[in-house]
Amino acid sequence: MYKALLQLVQRRDLLYAITWREIKIRYKQSIMGFLWAILLPAVIIAAGVVVRFGMSALSGKPVPAQALAGVTVKALVWAFFAGTIRFSSTSLVGNSNLVTKIYMPREIFPVAAVLSQLLDFAVAATLVGIGLLLAGFALSWQVLWVPVLMLIVVALVTGWALVLSAACLFFRDVKYFVEVVITFAIFITPVFYDVDMFKKWATVLRLNPLAPLIEGLERSAVYHEMPSLFWVSYSAAIAIISLVGGFYLFKKWEPGFAENI
Amino acid sequence: MPKSDSALRVDSVSKRFLRGERHDSFRDLLPAFFARIAGRKQTSPENRDFWALQDVSFELNRGDACGIIGSNGAGKSTILKLITGIMQPTTGHIDVNGRLSALIEVGAGFHPDLTGRENIYLNGAILGMKRAEINRKFDAIVEFSGLEDFIDTPVKRYSTGMYARLGFSVAAHVDPDILIVDEVLSVGDVVFQNRCLEKMHAILRSGATVLFVSHNLRAIAELCPQSILLEHGKVTARGPSQQVMNAYLESTGQQGVRSATAGVSISKVKITRANFANTAFDSGERIGVDVEVECARESEPFSIVLFVNDDKQYEVFHTSTEYLGCPPVSLFPGQRFTCTFELDLNLAGGTFYLGVELFRFNNEKTLHRLFPAATIFVNTLTEVRGVVNPKPRITAFGPAVETEPRKEAVKQ
Repeated sequence: MYKALLQLVQRRDLLYAITWREIKIRYKQSIMGFLWAILLPAVIIAAGVVVRFGMSALSGKPVPAQALAGVTVKALVWAFFAGTIRFSSTSLVGNSNLVTKIYMPREIFPVAAVLSQLLDFAVAATLVGIGLLLAGFALSWQVLWVPVLMLIVVALVTGWALVLSAACLFFRDVKYFVEVVITFAIFITPVFYDVDMFKKWATVLRLNPLAPLIEGLERSAVYHEMPSLFWVSYSAAIAIISLVGGFYLFKKWEPGFAENI
Repeated sequence: MPKSDSALRVDSVSKRFLRGERHDSFRDLLPAFFARIAGRKQTSPENRDFWALQDVSFELNRGDACGIIGSNGAGKSTILKLITGIMQPTTGHIDVNGRLSALIEVGAGFHPDLTGRENIYLNGAILGMKRAEINRKFDAIVEFSGLEDFIDTPVKRYSTGMYARLGFSVAAHVDPDILIVDEVLSVGDVVFQNRCLEKMHAILRSGATVLFVSHNLRAIAELCPQSILLEHGKVTARGPSQQVMNAYLESTGQQGVRSATAGVSISKVKITRANFANTAFDSGERIGVDVEVECARESEPFSIVLFVNDDKQYEVFHTSTEYLGCPPVSLFPGQRFTCTFELDLNLAGGTFYLGVELFRFNNEKTLHRLFPAATIFVNTLTEVRGVVNPKPRITAFGPAVETEPRKEAVKQ
């Protein structure tokens, strides 16, 4: 495994080239270009805002500006997570000509998919950040949690991307399975709602490793509060297990890729 | 790994594939799984096994150039995929010592929407070059491909030839320690093909180890002093290319190419000559070729074709009973037919192969083909090099004459 990691580091120029290709071809033949990076998160954010206004109409309480900002941040992270899972799970199958014809560390494909989605996220996050500042949200030292929490999100999603991309290679219908799970996962992830709304069920919801991270991002970026260290550590542990385990499984299955694709 | 001369070691490598359809979705897998639980009979795994390679071993030292010869399905591409690491051997080991580059399906990594320039960087990275290295070689790659004017055009607008040329150009500039080539020299026009061959020679001269797979025996003969013959996944011959090619041609020739419906076959081919004491032939010697044909079932009328190829499998000439004014032959079951060609062996020194074919000119159908029916060694000549001996003579030789006044003459 150490050797495999070393090989990946040696081929970092290839990782860069493949990531850059993913980004380039996505924007090359589209009229909207980089707007695509914003469109999908924008739709999810809009949905979140609508849900929030809906809830306030039912309860009769007005929507605080902070709640709107919170939904925006959470929806943005969710868009990154869902997009990455979707995009990376087909990354090996989509590059079948390279998998069967040339040898390279194959984890480059799912990892490049994660990186290219991360660039989209960075574009959208920059715009949201500017928007929040313009809307009068102040900055605090707590915002330093954002890169830390995002790093954990990336580790988590990369681990899953590795496993799912390999699973899609062996079984083509995993793709549809992923699609269904992603569609429903937004209900068990606190994107449009807060975990604390569910009182005693809150702990169960936080077992979803993405939940404490999304919550923590909202808290640190919008409310200037520290994320719950206990739950963030829990998520970080799951993320490390996912990443190491995903990489291990991927490398274990890799010898069979070329003849099973 | 100890530092040694060994560049590539293939150690008793076998590769098994499964015949038949595999389950590539859960939808297929589940019914099959339940069928197995229910105890329904399936094709037993042993019957589905297909061994593409069996116990293949060979070793190449630094600077060796080795050809791999074999019919379709002999396992040539499989061994290359194992060496490059695309697939893993079922049993056995492969040691690669140095940077390996493979010219297999050049341009496989191209993306149609990217320009030639972008694809050079992408493909270079795929083949293992660093960015700085590509920057340095970029101009040479473009110049080699001859696509200077189209380098900023997306490659989806390229012709097939342009696409392949760009692919080969990138791959040829990798500067590998070990180069693996699989049938890529058939790329582009004649000029580009020659340029490719020159480049391969240059790579060889730089001390790289080359493993070359091709059906083009001539190209193998030119590039590789030694070769390996693969037949049905096994190494059946190894040694100097010339010998291995003979073994290959004999093994394919003995089976001959035979039409399923033909009832006639060549039963004997014999060279007759005046001087039987010599093993080799003299250039210009008059020989006879006796061809005997037997008929088992009623067959179509045919003519007999005689042809001679050189050691690189280029046809030197062919002739036939039809060309020489004889009518097509019709035979009935149980009949035998003999025919003798007589010809002057006006060949230069070297090895030649004689082949015989029963051919129907009306519908261009081969009834039976025997090649090589015989091998002809022609004694080395001092006066001619090449393939044929047109018996050149000198009819005038000098003396030197003045075309303009000498300088000394001007002085005076």
